[in-house]
Amino acid sequence: MASNTMTPGIVSGRLSEDEIKKNFDDLYTPLDGHEAAVAADRCYFCYDAPCITACPTAIDIPLFIRQIQTGTPEAAAKTILDQNILGGMCARVCPTETLCEEACVREAAEGKPVEIGRLQRFATDTLMDTGVHPFMRASDTGKSIAVVGTGPAGLACAHRLAMKGHSVTLYDAKSKLGGLNEFGIAAYKTAGNFAEKEVNWLLQIGGITVKSGVRLGHEISLDDLADAFDAVFLGIGLGGVNALRADGEDKTGVEDAVSFIAHLRQASDLTKLPVGRNVIVVGGGMTAVDAAVQSKLLGAENVTIAYRRDQDRMSASRYEQDHATSSGVRILTNVVLRQIIGNGSVCEAEFEYVTQTDAGLTGTGEILRLPADQIFKAIGQTLETVPDRLDIQGGKIVVDAAGRTSMPKIWAGGDCTAGGEDLTVTAVAEGRDAAEDIHNTLMV
Amino acid sequence: MADLSTNFLGIKSPNPFWLASAPPTDKEYNVRRAFEAGWGGVVWKTLGSEGPPVVNVNGPRYGAVYGADRRLLGLNNIELITDRPLEVNLREIKACKRDYPDRAMIVSLMVPCEEAAWKAILPLVEDTGADGIELNFGCPHGMSERGMGAAVGQVPEYIEMVTRWCKQYSRMPVIVKLTPNITDVRKPAAAAKAGGADAVSLINTINSITSVDLDTMSPEPSIDGKGSHGGYCGPAVKPIALSMVSEIARDPETHGLPISGIGGITTWRDAAEFISLGCGNVQVCTAAMTYGFKIVDELKSGLSDWMDEKGYASVADVVGRAVPNVTDWQYLNLNYVAKAKIDQDACIKCGRCYAACEDTSHQAISMSPDRVFEVIDEECVACNLCVNVCPVEDCITMEPMTAGDIDPRTGKVVEPEYANWTSHPNNPSTQAAE
Ligand SMILES: Cc1cc2nc3c(=O)[nH]c(=O)nc-3n(C[C@H](O)[C@H](O)[C@H](O)COP(=O)(O)OP(=O)(O)OC[C@H]3O[C@@H](n4cnc5c(N)ncnc54)[C@H](O)[C@@H]3O)c2cc1C
Ligand SMILES: Cc1cc2nc3c(=O)[nH]c(=O)nc-3n(C[C@H](O)[C@H](O)[C@H](O)COP(=O)(O)O)c2cc1C
Ligand code: SF4
Repeated sequence: MASNTMTPGIVSGRLSEDEIKKNFDDLYTPLDGHEAAVAADRCYFCYDAPCITACPTAIDIPLFIRQIQTGTPEAAAKTILDQNILGGMCARVCPTETLCEEACVREAAEGKPVEIGRLQRFATDTLMDTGVHPFMRASDTGKSIAVVGTGPAGLACAHRLAMKGHSVTLYDAKSKLGGLNEFGIAAYKTAGNFAEKEVNWLLQIGGITVKSGVRLGHEISLDDLADAFDAVFLGIGLGGVNALRADGEDKTGVEDAVSFIAHLRQASDLTKLPVGRNVIVVGGGMTAVDAAVQSKLLGAENVTIAYRRDQDRMSASRYEQDHATSSGVRILTNVVLRQIIGNGSVCEAEFEYVTQTDAGLTGTGEILRLPADQIFKAIGQTLETVPDRLDIQGGKIVVDAAGRTSMPKIWAGGDCTAGGEDLTVTAVAEGRDAAEDIHNTLMV
Repeated sequence: MADLSTNFLGIKSPNPFWLASAPPTDKEYNVRRAFEAGWGGVVWKTLGSEGPPVVNVNGPRYGAVYGADRRLLGLNNIELITDRPLEVNLREIKACKRDYPDRAMIVSLMVPCEEAAWKAILPLVEDTGADGIELNFGCPHGMSERGMGAAVGQVPEYIEMVTRWCKQYSRMPVIVKLTPNITDVRKPAAAAKAGGADAVSLINTINSITSVDLDTMSPEPSIDGKGSHGGYCGPAVKPIALSMVSEIARDPETHGLPISGIGGITTWRDAAEFISLGCGNVQVCTAAMTYGFKIVDELKSGLSDWMDEKGYASVADVVGRAVPNVTDWQYLNLNYVAKAKIDQDACIKCGRCYAACEDTSHQAISMSPDRVFEVIDEECVACNLCVNVCPVEDCITMEPMTAGDIDPRTGKVVEPEYANWTSHPNNPSTQAAE
């Protein structure tokens, strides 16, 4: 018998194939040519534009919008990709409401910024649909560099280095490239297998040898790499997950939000992906929102995000929070998970209400119990294998502004390093800047 | 409520909004619908002489210039006068006038520059019961190459001659429609007056090529790979038309000659501006072609509300109100000193004023690291560019300085008296006071 949203336990097939298809399609329909022209016309071409400053990769936004206005979206795409080779992905996943669009003067003027993200997508999609890769590799420098990790940081670094004529060897522990672009970002933000397409498009630059399924710390060591290459870049992200520290964490049904999402992203048929009837996501960031929303889209009946502080402290943007609530997710705040109840598998979650004091969070003694078949942990990721002898602070690799680590010849960037928000666009900026510094260092 | 009715040359219409001679007035079907929609009058699409009618191209007739969101700013056409038989047009004109006696019915004419041709057509028009005629001396394409339209309008002697024939052979009021494709519009206007014209109407369309197709290298509109200049009209031509109207209104030789204003009139406000510069009524073409006849509702309500607000009882009260304020540059008050002022609360920090003033004007706006833009009075010449480029209305204003204050730019006291270039010491022809 087919299951539905009210079927107890963790089961697959809660929704029909059609419903699933609709739910996981592009969240935002792309702009067509006329819509793009109208949206582009709203840009004031500001002097020393605030949006450029707000973009971690400092894309020349007024210029690319003007290029769309004048009917040259391919040139617009080139302007974007010059600064951010993953401009296509960033156009889909950047929280623009807290970046460029927040800084747009029309946001101040009328609460309605120029739709920079959608315009960026229009330009990059137009170019990428032609299959053209608009960059040329400089003549070979004879230098070789190892890049570890194929998330946005590693990809941006590898591309920039290859473009400058260096030979790059790109490693990843996984067999599929892309990092969280491929395994983490919400499915409806990168519909149509975009992450994979973008990686293939990016590799057209040439000069990059891919070695997937090779894990640093297992098959290779940092010392091996430092010996064999002129420089090494680490973009290994955050592979580990923080523990809940609640009783019963080992019960069946308690999972990492990131691995649930990774499964979801790789599933060939989402109607076969099981999800609980009553789902609880513990956390307050983008991962929590994505796990919650996608559980709902898979057909869970009740989905609750449980966050331990006030709602305005959540690291997911207000916009993301609203997206969650409008998708039918309930956001519960000022609660801490104390106990997971169930005989082998989860059946209830017990929370305690807390208040925020100078001393930290203190329990009020008031208890709340919610039915639960599935509990996702989304309370932050950690650096998994700390590469030996690198300075670490707050669980992340210490780097300077140019991405140099405490060890000679070793650079790092992206989520695995301290500083900057953990965003795709920040990872791109850090990978790119490290590549520039590696180039300058090697070519003196 | 304001009275919108007008009496132009004795021709009465319920409002000052006429449809100009063009496709909207090319046939009975259109004109009836226009009258039903509420238009005060029409100038029928230009008629030619009896005989086989002209032929139009069978490809595109129009080219366009767009603003944001494909808003039509300028239209260009290579259409000729009516391509329907004369008798059909005359029959339809008669029927329309009979059924809508309270509306103005003007017939536009263009026949060869021969007395016999005019003598032949005038009684036929008179027979329709039309209220008047408009002489199309303006069409800049096709007809001008045959010695008509703008070819006549560019030679004041011909204008005078033809106008005289029309006055001689008909009892109807004669409106002479002027071409803007000349250097001094006062000359043809004066010629029309000398020939006995009852009024002038202007402007007809302006010679133009709207664009070039960069793939085929053909001007637009392209007919089988070739293009020809057309006549430009629509919102883009309004400033040119306003200036020409004002020249005729204030020239001693033509002052007082009734004017029917045409050129880019799109909203009630445009119409009010033409009327203030001396037009007894206005004619509309492109706006109707862009949005349909229904715009007349907005034209009427807007003009009426504004007149009520200002206390103008009738359209005649507004006619020519702005004319005394149109002057020559040399009479502008050089002792009037203003400074730009930026309202910091309204400012959205786009920095366009800064780019404009810094790159192309007088380096009179400062920018702080936190994007506060301020005018440097020591440098500001009050050119108004910052006001013009600022996307926020009324954010930057021009504030006149008070007489007696010192202009920080020149270090001179702002004088209370009016003084113009004719008496300025830098003017070589200024007579030194003895
Ligand atoms: C669920 C989720 C949703 C998100 N949504 C958004 C969003 O909408 N917008 C946004 O801007 N950001 C989002 N983020 C954050 C964003 O995905 C990350 O900031 C970004 O991917 C970091 O890039 P990175 O290159 O540093 O690391 P990752 O993308 O994590 O890539 C690291 C790569 O290194 C590889 N690796 C790790 N260890 C080793 C090893 N020892 N040897 C070899 N290879 C190794 C991994 O397999 C992986 O491919 C989201 C994150 C998550 C988890
Ligand atoms: C397609 C088209 C055909 C026109 N044909 C005539 C014409 O036959 N006779 C005439 O006097 N003016 C003709 N005109 C000029 C209009 O009457 C009017 O003077 C001009 O378009 C300016 O007004 P507007 O800006 O409101 O369109 C034509 C204009 C257009 C667009
Ligand atoms: S009015 Fe002209 S000179 Fe003065 S601040 Fe504005 S742009 Fe500069």
